[in-house]
Amino acid sequence: MVDDLEHVEKQAGMRLDAASTVEELRAAETEVLGKRSALAGLHARLGALAPEERKAQGQLLNGARTRLSELAAERAAELRASERAARLEAERLDLTEVLPGPRRGHLNLVTQTRDELEDVFVGMGYTVSEGPEAETDWHSFEALNFPKGHPARSGFDTLYLDWGDPESTLLRPHTSPVQIRVMQSQPPPIYSIMPGKVYRKDTPDARHTASFNQIEGLVVDKGITFGDLAGTIEAFTGAYFGAGIHARLRPAYFPFTEPSAEFEITCAICAGAGCRTCSGTGWIELGGCGMVHPNVLAAVGIDAEAWSGFAFGFGIDRCAQMRHGISDMRILLDNDIRFISQF
Amino acid sequence: MRVPLSWLRDFAPFDLDPIALGETFDDLGMVVEGIDRIGEGLGDVVVARVLDVRAHPKADRVRITEVDIGAGPLQVVCGAPNVAAGQLVALAPVGAVLPGDFEIGRRKVRGEWSEGMICSARELGLGEDADGIMVLERDFELGSPLTAALGIEADVVYDLAIEGNRPDANCVVGVARDAAARLRLPFAIPAPTGRTGTAVVAELATIAVECPDLCPRFTARVVNGVTVGPSSALVAGRLTRAGMRPISNVVDASNYVMLELGQPTHPYDLDLLPGRGLLVRRADPGETLVTLDGVERPLSADDCVICDATGTPVGLGGIMGGASSEISPSTTSVLLEAAYFDPMSIARSSKRLNLRSEASARFERGCDPEGIDRASSRFFEILGLGEVAAGTLDVWQRPAPSPPVRVRTGRVNALLGTGLADDDVCSLLAPIGFMVTPVGDGLHDVVPPSFRPDATTEIDLVEEIGRHHGFSRIPRTVPDSPHVGHLTPYQKARRRLRDVLVGAGVSEAVSSPLLAPGDNERAGWAGALIEAVDPLAREESVLRASLLPSLLKAVARNASYRSPDVALFEIGKVFRVPAGKRGDLPDERELVGVALAGAGGGAAAAKQVLDVVLDGLRRPATLDASTASGLHPTRTARVLVGTEVIGHVGEVDPDVSAAFGIDGRVGWIELDLADLLPTENAYPRAVAVGRHPSSDIDLAFVVDDEVPAAAVAASVRAAAGDLLEDLRLFDVYRNERLGAGRRSLALRLRLQAPDRTLTEADVADVRRRCIDAVSEAHQAELRT
Repeated sequence: MVDDLEHVEKQAGMRLDAASTVEELRAAETEVLGKRSALAGLHARLGALAPEERKAQGQLLNGARTRLSELAAERAAELRASERAARLEAERLDLTEVLPGPRRGHLNLVTQTRDELEDVFVGMGYTVSEGPEAETDWHSFEALNFPKGHPARSGFDTLYLDWGDPESTLLRPHTSPVQIRVMQSQPPPIYSIMPGKVYRKDTPDARHTASFNQIEGLVVDKGITFGDLAGTIEAFTGAYFGAGIHARLRPAYFPFTEPSAEFEITCAICAGAGCRTCSGTGWIELGGCGMVHPNVLAAVGIDAEAWSGFAFGFGIDRCAQMRHGISDMRILLDNDIRFISQF
Repeated sequence: MRVPLSWLRDFAPFDLDPIALGETFDDLGMVVEGIDRIGEGLGDVVVARVLDVRAHPKADRVRITEVDIGAGPLQVVCGAPNVAAGQLVALAPVGAVLPGDFEIGRRKVRGEWSEGMICSARELGLGEDADGIMVLERDFELGSPLTAALGIEADVVYDLAIEGNRPDANCVVGVARDAAARLRLPFAIPAPTGRTGTAVVAELATIAVECPDLCPRFTARVVNGVTVGPSSALVAGRLTRAGMRPISNVVDASNYVMLELGQPTHPYDLDLLPGRGLLVRRADPGETLVTLDGVERPLSADDCVICDATGTPVGLGGIMGGASSEISPSTTSVLLEAAYFDPMSIARSSKRLNLRSEASARFERGCDPEGIDRASSRFFEILGLGEVAAGTLDVWQRPAPSPPVRVRTGRVNALLGTGLADDDVCSLLAPIGFMVTPVGDGLHDVVPPSFRPDATTEIDLVEEIGRHHGFSRIPRTVPDSPHVGHLTPYQKARRRLRDVLVGAGVSEAVSSPLLAPGDNERAGWAGALIEAVDPLAREESVLRASLLPSLLKAVARNASYRSPDVALFEIGKVFRVPAGKRGDLPDERELVGVALAGAGGGAAAAKQVLDVVLDGLRRPATLDASTASGLHPTRTARVLVGTEVIGHVGEVDPDVSAAFGIDGRVGWIELDLADLLPTENAYPRAVAVGRHPSSDIDLAFVVDDEVPAAAVAASVRAAAGDLLEDLRLFDVYRNERLGAGRRSLALRLRLQAPDRTLTEADVADVRRRCIDAVSEAHQAELRT
């Protein structure tokens, strides 16, 4: 029986080794370890043996069965691993050959710039106010201390519309009429910005387009000073353009503010050292500002002795131009997808 | 305005570095737009005589000259048309370095050697004349340095931009006064030396003013025995540096006084004035005048004309003189007009006639009626010859002095954020001409000088105090807003709309709402339009009534750059004439327009983008086949929220696309943001998600093409009831077997109950109800 067992175990081992797939192995396992296997046959013969002999032979048989089971498990692991390797190899994919799927669109650079500027001011406690682009002469000029015939009006090259009385309706040359509407519709304290499209009768060139985007700010509160104005401009230029960019104010003239100033910021190209862009001064002009003129407060019924305020304004497009190095502003209105998709 | 430093030094001892002085001007609001250094780099330029001029054998435009600088002839090639033998000229020899670091080398010009360059005034920085070489008028020793020969002193010329509220700073004296005050330097205007003869002006000429409203002050003085000739080197040099061309001693003196004191004057040849006098009146309508520039100008009754004593116009008051009484070489008697014209009238006339002059620019900003006498005296002093008649003809309705302006130190500090003392108010205002009288309690009575017509209220003086104190010295603070900064719900939703569109593959366009005539009509717009009055360019003269023309132009432009497959959106205003009564303003709306062009364009793509948009904004809407102007008649639907139409989705009419030069289908969405976006934040309530298994039913109905899929879906939805969790159309199928004009619509219903697992009977019941409802409502057949 021992000789038989050796033979059976050897044959069974060869049978398991010969299996080349997991399925074949399963069949071989049944064949060599199952109820009809040679090993089972030997087992059946144990009953005819004497008890002592039966015990010894039984141990030998169980030893062979354990070894064969281990061999089968080992073999199964090998086969599964090689089958997995083959399957994965067959699934190999070059991810750089994948065709492009749907692409995302791009927000216009002007919008991105406007949103970022809005966020800076929202963070400083401001609301965002809007108003009509086709405006009345009163909101655009008269309420802003520019009576009809005021020489400063000529600086605006206003586009009037064929609407109502002659020169009664216009495309707003600045977003200041929104300041008037805000002050008319809500009591101070007011902390608000007015972004939006404005229009000038300008021949388009590298620095001017007939319609462009501006952002103005208005604060009316108790005890607002020119120092508050200067500090606010410094704060927002630092927040938008980055630390190291400072602002300076230089006296200027606007009918709707007094004292008035133009504000310049550190030239971002040369960091203030002086270059061609800033004509060697280290400063770039950004916008205008000042303390809200008492006549403007009077026009909207705010007591100029009890309240004071400041206003400022500058070009959104110009901020984008400076930050992104745009040489010709006209490209902002070209809607050329090759430009839009750069941002 | 160009201001030479040497001239400023007549009034205050400015001896600081010219760059630092420029910064002072900037800081006072007189913006330095340029600094020219005169006489720099001229050390090598010498006086030379042109001995001979001959043609260049190979070039028509240039000639070969022989010049002598006292050391034998040199050959110099010269391109100036005015070079001639015998002239004394300025020569930059080989090795000279001219202003702008321009080094002169020995070089060949078309085969001929040139040993230097004969210079123009522009090349030397001595004037604007670049048309020809500078020819020296007087005899100088050959080879002598040009600077020594001409007495050129190095100088610095500032180009200053003066703001509209600073008429006082439109002259050398005004700039000097402002800067001297800031720099704490003594400032003085020397009194002109009076010099009059025996004649009395009243016996030599007359004046009369018929329109004192247009011309509140008019004066005339007379000088006899004048010889018209060139001005002194000092006067000519300063005018040149200030950017004016010297003409003759009389005209130059007038210009000199204007640049120095800001007061325009006008010299007439008294012998050419019929009646030997002047009459100031309103022009008669229909009257014309030939101005000094040779143009015949039609006048109106708002224009102030200066006439001779017989009433014939000889000039346009405060704007430009006429040719008839112009100073000429034979003039011997000069009548000098010095007047004050009403700023608003000058501005109106000058604008209407489109005629601006150095004089009108000053008058319209406001001159100093009290400064007239000083100006005419200064004129005679500069002229420096002839016999000045005693007295002044003067018609002046001198207004009563305005009451002083009350200035409160507390108010100044409250507005500026400064801590100025009462004394500071005085010490900052007095040096620039204000008379300040403290009246106690931090109050001051301030009398503005007559040359500051802009300073009439307390706030004007607050500005002057701040300006002279220095904006940069005011401590910077940031006010604390009592509000929480925020965007409105509408603004937030508009940003979300943009983001959703960008996510859906659409890029944002930004266009000018101003279109060319016909653009709206090409896009199918048939309604009234709003036009700009007197636009600069026809291409930007009509407001858009829809976003369609703007986006179609953008699509066409991209196609022309070989990007035909573009998906663009724009959020912007359109302007319409309201159907009913016109209000103060046009009907202005903010819309979103989406154009999907080229491959991937068309109505179906537009509908898919619309679905994403409506989902992104949580704004359920329904569609209703219908067209609109410019859109495809059979591939367009109205978008409704409830019963309200908020816009359209579909495709652009092929004729419209073609009119914009676009091939292929263009998908289109246009929605009114006022209807699309919320005005209040809406926060959807959470709905519990079912935990029990759901069941799906697929139903395919064959219906006529006239039956909208949405109608079939609506019937299913109604019939399925509360168990319906989701319904989607997943297949549309046409073939011959179904027959022409019919199609199969396959719908998948997902059913779920919140509290139990559905039974087969539940599902069968819903299925039956849906089939019955659709069959009955739409003559549909269930496809099996």
